[in-house]
Amino acid sequence: MSGAGGLRNKIRGQMFKLPLMLTCRQVEDFLLDYVEGTLPRGQRLIFDLHLALCRECRDYLAAYRKAIELGKAAFPHGDAPVPEEVPEDLVQAILAARGRPAPD
Amino acid sequence: MDSPADRARDTLPARPPATPTGDVAEFERAIRQHGGAMLAVARRLLGNEADAHDCLQEAFLQAFDKLDSFQGRAALRTWLHRIVVNTALMTLRRRKRKNEQPIDPLMPEYDANGCRLEPSWQAAGQLAESADSLIQHAEVRALVLNAIDRLPDSYRIVLVLRDIEEYNTDEVAKLLETNPGAVKTRLHRARAALKKLLEPVFRGDVA
Repeated sequence: MSGAGGLRNKIRGQMFKLPLMLTCRQVEDFLLDYVEGTLPRGQRLIFDLHLALCRECRDYLAAYRKAIELGKAAFPHGDAPVPEEVPEDLVQAILAARGRPAPD
Repeated sequence: MDSPADRARDTLPARPPATPTGDVAEFERAIRQHGGAMLAVARRLLGNEADAHDCLQEAFLQAFDKLDSFQGRAALRTWLHRIVVNTALMTLRRRKRKNEQPIDPLMPEYDANGCRLEPSWQAAGQLAESADSLIQHAEVRALVLNAIDRLPDSYRIVLVLRDIEEYNTDEVAKLLETNPGAVKTRLHRARAALKKLLEPVFRGDVA
């Protein structure tokens, strides 16, 4: 951390401890509810105030949201128009386990 | 979401057939119609092809035995999905993964003043591309799948159930036999860890 950056963060650290402010660590505690839209209105306003003042938390939140989106996008959706077929040998194994002899 | 027409088509008789052999065709039809999607669910939860096959087999056999509890109120697919998830969770409880990495090193970092340490992702424009577009790159998709697989099971499973399988917090808590608060904590830590593991994407190192 450079001297200027260290001083800046020292000032920010003190500022975020003022009444009606959240520290970055407290933001972390509320982040899930904020993203899910379940944070009560009053807390949401305080959260938004922190975001307005904190570039690092804005970037963190944006990357956190992108990670969620990428996780969802990485898996083919269950309602895909062409559902994957179950391998035939697995179908036969299930049927055999159920009691029907598998074909030769 | 299934349409009413889908749901009407997607049902089995509410009562099991009278004879143990007369229902095989119906059973086979259900496997062929839903097996592929259910196998995908098992793969997402177990991350292992052999375990996913075993899970699917066990789940279908269980479903067949439980047919009398299927009242046709829900879509067959939804009912099967729940059985596959429960079966996969049983497998995970039995299975002990090797070389699982601790999640703490992947949590956010702060300086001595309690201020977050975070690169300027947005100023660099790395987050501008949509997830759907990014995931078209094979390397990005592989990194995302690998990142999810690297999460400890107790976190990965919550992430998959909530974000991929789209169960709500209360449903996940019930499935995992825990409380909603614990689910939320694990979900947040899983997402935070995933975000950390995906930073090469945000830096533009992968694409």
